[in-house]
Amino acid sequence: MHEPKKKFVFSWMIGGAQGSGVDSSANLFAYSIASAGYYVFGKREYYSNIKGEHSYFNVVASDSQVRSTVDNVHLLASFDAETVFRHAWEVEEGGGIVFDATLENERLRNIPTIEERVKEDIAQRLKNDSLGETLGDVLESARRRGVRLYPIPYMDLIKKTGEILGEKQLTLLMRMVNTMAVAASFAIIGADINRLHRGLSYAFRAKRAVVDMNFTACKVVYDYFKSNFPDDFPIRVPNRQLSEDLILVNGTTIVGIAKIVAGCRVQTYYPITPAADESVYLEDKQVFSLNATSDGDEYEYPHLAENKELSDKGHILVFQSEDELAAIDMAIGASLAGVRAATSTSGPGFSLMVEGLGWAGMNEVPVVITIYQRGGPSTGLPTRHEQGDLLFTVFAGHGEIPRIVMASGDMLEAFYDTIKAFNYAEKFQVPVVHLLDKSLANSTHTIPVPALDDVLLDRGLLINEHLDGKTYKRFQFTETGISPRVPLGTRGGIFWNTGDEHDELGHISEDPIIRTKMMDKRMSKLQVIRESIPPNEKVAIYGDSDAKDWIVSWGSTKGPILDALEMLEEEGYSSIGFMQFKILYPFPSELALETLQGARRIIDVEQNYSGQMGKLMAMEAGLRPTNLVVKYNGRPFTSTEVRDGLKEVLSRNIKRIVMNRGG
Amino acid sequence: MTVTQRLTMAHFRTPIFNDWCPGCGDFGILSSIQMALAELQIEPHRVAVFSGIGCSSKTPHYINAYGIHTVHGRPLPFALAAKLANPDLTVLAVGGDGDGLGIGAGHFVNTGRRNIDITYILFDNGVYGLTKGQASPTLRRGLKTKALPRPNINDAVNPIALAIVSGYTFVARGYAYDTRHLKELIKQGILHRGTSFIQVLQPCPTYNDLFTKEWYAGEDRIDPQTNKPMPRIYKLEETGYDGEVKNPSEEEEIAKITEAIKKSYDWGDRIPIGVFYKNPHVPTYDQRIATIAPQYLQSAPAWQPVRSKSLRPVADVSSLFDELRVKP
Ligand SMILES: Cc1ncc(C[n+]2csc(CCOP(=O)(O)OP(=O)(O)O)c2C)c(N)n1
Ligand code: SF4
Ligand SMILES: [Mg+2]
Repeated sequence: MHEPKKKFVFSWMIGGAQGSGVDSSANLFAYSIASAGYYVFGKREYYSNIKGEHSYFNVVASDSQVRSTVDNVHLLASFDAETVFRHAWEVEEGGGIVFDATLENERLRNIPTIEERVKEDIAQRLKNDSLGETLGDVLESARRRGVRLYPIPYMDLIKKTGEILGEKQLTLLMRMVNTMAVAASFAIIGADINRLHRGLSYAFRAKRAVVDMNFTACKVVYDYFKSNFPDDFPIRVPNRQLSEDLILVNGTTIVGIAKIVAGCRVQTYYPITPAADESVYLEDKQVFSLNATSDGDEYEYPHLAENKELSDKGHILVFQSEDELAAIDMAIGASLAGVRAATSTSGPGFSLMVEGLGWAGMNEVPVVITIYQRGGPSTGLPTRHEQGDLLFTVFAGHGEIPRIVMASGDMLEAFYDTIKAFNYAEKFQVPVVHLLDKSLANSTHTIPVPALDDVLLDRGLLINEHLDGKTYKRFQFTETGISPRVPLGTRGGIFWNTGDEHDELGHISEDPIIRTKMMDKRMSKLQVIRESIPPNEKVAIYGDSDAKDWIVSWGSTKGPILDALEMLEEEGYSSIGFMQFKILYPFPSELALETLQGARRIIDVEQNYSGQMGKLMAMEAGLRPTNLVVKYNGRPFTSTEVRDGLKEVLSRNIKRIVMNRGG
Repeated sequence: MTVTQRLTMAHFRTPIFNDWCPGCGDFGILSSIQMALAELQIEPHRVAVFSGIGCSSKTPHYINAYGIHTVHGRPLPFALAAKLANPDLTVLAVGGDGDGLGIGAGHFVNTGRRNIDITYILFDNGVYGLTKGQASPTLRRGLKTKALPRPNINDAVNPIALAIVSGYTFVARGYAYDTRHLKELIKQGILHRGTSFIQVLQPCPTYNDLFTKEWYAGEDRIDPQTNKPMPRIYKLEETGYDGEVKNPSEEEEIAKITEAIKKSYDWGDRIPIGVFYKNPHVPTYDQRIATIAPQYLQSAPAWQPVRSKSLRPVADVSSLFDELRVKP
C-alpha cells in the first residue's frame, strides 16, 4: 500500500531573560534553517517587561508549508536556568536539551521571575519523580523520559572565542551566548554551519563585524560538539532545495510593506504593543524607490501636483501623535487632503479612536485602521494574543455608520488585505478596520514573495482635477450612496464636513427629510459593499466542500486550523470543512447560508471567551454554531491543540471546550 | 486659473444662516478672519478651516473655504495632518476655550512641540456656550457667571503662558470687537512660518455676564477728568513692548519668553492685546522632516503619484523584500 509521506516537522525552542537576545537568536535560527531549505513558522512569547522576565521563541521547521507551532518540542536551547525549569517538560522523548553546564545546582525556589503557581506545578512534577528541586533534578527527570542532555561550558567557550578574536572584553563576548545556543542546536541536528552565517547577516542586519564575531563563536561551539557529543540525534536537518522564492517575515513588517505598495503616504500612531513595530518599520523605510514607468503606462499625478518638480523617490510620512484620538484624526485629516492614510493600533488605542471612527463614517472619509488585537479587557495582556475585539470593532461608535471590518488569516493574506483595505476605503468612502492580532504581528513565517502582478489600486470616485465652473456637492445624493470626492485644495471643489447631520453641501441640517435621506445614503453603502466585494474576498473554504461538519473561524486561527486538519486527515478523519471569514462586516450571510445551512455541526473556533464571530453569524445569518472551541489564556492555538479540541467535539459532541495550553 | 479678480471679504462669505446669538463676539472674529484672508489675497480653495465643537466651532460653515467641523476638542490633529499632507494649503484651526483647553488640552500642548505652519484661533468666552454656560477652563476661581449655580472653584489656565511654554512660535491675543486689530494679528499669524496661536477675548452676551463688551470697554470706570469710560484693553505695541526674538540665541529666547509670560498675567484694569511672543528662528516641522527625508519638501504626501494610469502601484518594494528573502 502506498504510504503518504509523513510531513517532516522539527520543533525547536529557545528561551531566556528578556533583553538577553532571545529574539535575535530565534531570528538567527529561523532564517538559517529556512536558508537550509525549510519552511518555518516561529512564535514569540514575551512579558510586558523590558528586561528580566522570561521570554521564549518556538520555531517549527518543515519540508512543506507550516502555519503554526505544535505543543511538543524536539530540541530546547537555553542559556539560563529559568528556561529549563519552565520548558524541559515540553521536550519529547528522544529530544534534547542544550543548557549551561554550570547551572545544575540552581534552585527552583531561587528564581524570582517564575510565578508561584508555576513553581508549585514544577515542584509537584519533581516530587512525583521523587526528585529534589534543582535544575539538575529537572534534567534528571528529562533524562529518565529519554531526553538527551547537552551541557555546554558556555564560559569556557566564550573565553576560547575571545582568544581567537583577540578580544578581552568579557561583557562584549558574553552577548554571544545566545548565538552559541543556536550553534549548538545546529551541531546537534547536523545542519550546515555555513547557513548560520546567512542567518547572522539577517538577524544583525548586515553589521559585518558583529556577524563575523558571532560566526567565530559558532565555529567554536560546533567544534566542541563534534568532539564531545555523539552525533546520534534522531532528527536530522540536512540542506535541501527550496522550490519557492520565500521571504522570512513577521506580520508588522509585511503589513508595513503592503502599506507602501498600497500608496499609503501618511501613517499615524501612538506607541502600543504589538502594533508599534509596524510604524517603526515604516519610519525606518520612509523613503523608497518608485518603479520605472513601463511602455505606455505613466504615473497618475495628482492635480494638486501641477507645475511641481517632484522627487524621483516616494516618501511615507510616519507621525507619532500625542494619543490615539489624534492618531485617527490625523489619518482622517490627511485623507481629506487626498492622501491614502492609515493608523495602526491595538485594543486600548482603538477604544480612544471610536469618536474619530464615527466622524469618518459620518463624513464618508476613507481611512484604514489596522488593529493588532491583544489580550483584553482594559490593559489586559499587553503582549499576549487574543481575538477579542471583533464585536467591538463591528459595533464601535454611537449611532450608526457604514464600515468594513476585515481580518487576515496569515501573513500573505495580511499583505493583500492591507492593499484591499485601502481600495475598499476609497471605493466605498468608509472607514475600514483591518483586524490582525499579536500572533500575526510577532510570529515569523516563510511565505512566498508576494506577487504584485494583479495588484491594482482602486481610488473609487476620487476626482483628480480642478472643477472650474461646476457646482460641487460633497454629499450629493446618488444611486449608490457614494458621491464624487475631491481633495482639499481643489479649485471649484470647496465643501464642508461636519459631525452634525448635514445637507449635500456638508452644512449642518436638522431637517427630518434630509436626515432620513442622508442616513439612507450612508447606510445603503453597506448593501453596495455586500454586492460589490466578490465571494472569494469575503470567505475562503478549505477541506471537504461537501462536509457534514464545518469549522468556522476568522483571523490567525487559520494556520493552526489548517495544520490540525492535515493531522486529522492523517489520522483518518474525513468530511470536515473549514470556512474562514475574511470580511466580518458587513457579514457575508449569503455565503454562510449557502455553505453551512445543511451542516450537521458548525464548530466555531475562536480565541476569545464568547465565540464572537459565532454570535455575529447568529445575528446576521441566523446560523448558530453547534459547538465552540475557544481559548483566552493569551497564547495562540497550536495545531496540536486545535486538533485535540476538534477531536473532542467530533467524538463526544461537547458544546463548549476551553483550551488552555502554552506557557 | 490665475487670480484675475481682487478678492474681497464677500468672497469668503457663505449664504448660510448664522445662528449665533445677537451681539455674540464670534461675529467679530468671523469678520476678522474673512478680512484677513481677503487682504492676503489667498484664494478660497487654498484655505481649509478646521474647528471642534461649540458655538465658535460653527465658524467654518460661515466661511467660503474648505470647512471641516470636526469633533469636540480635536480641530488641531485634523488640521495639522491636512497641512502636512498638502503644505500648499493655508490651514486655520478655530474653536472654543472649552474645546481647546478642556477636552483638547493634550492636543493644544503637543501642537506646540511641532511648529507646523498653521494658525490656531481660540475663541475665549470663559464659558461653554453651546452647552449653556458652564465654566470653561479660562474662567477664574471665585467667579460666578450667569448660568453657574455656585462660584467656580477651579483655577483658570493662562492660555498665553501655556502656549508659550508649549512651544508655539507666534503667540498673540486679540479682542473680538477690535476687528481691525484682530485682522492684523490673524494676517501676521498666517504669514508667520510655524504654529501661530491667537487667543481672542470673546464676549458671550448670553452666558458670560462678567466679561462683557461694556466691561472690556471700562464702562464701569468713568474717568472723573474726562467723564469717559477708561477701557481695560490696551495694545502692547503702543507701549513699546516687542515680543519678537530677533537673534536666535538661547538667552534672548528665554528673556523674551519670561517677559511675555509675565505680561500674560496682567488682567483686571489693564488687559494687553497684541503679539506677546514671536520666534521665527525655530525650524518648522517640514524643515525637520526634510533633515531625515529631503523628498518631503518636493513630494508632500498629497502630491505624490501612488499608481500608474493602468492603476498599478508605483512604489518599488523589491529591496524591502530582498532584505527578507531566504537565500540558500
Ligand atoms: C465628546 C463631547 N462631549 C461633550 C460635548 C458637548 N459639548 C458641545 S459644545 C461643548 C462646549 C463648548 O464650549 P467651548 O468649546 O468653549 O465653545 P463655545 O460654545 O463656548 O464657543 C460641549 C461640552 C460634545 N459635543 N462632545
Ligand atoms: S451662547 Fe454665547 S458664545 Fe454661543 S452664540 Fe450665544 S453669545 Fe455666542
Ligand atoms: Mg467657550
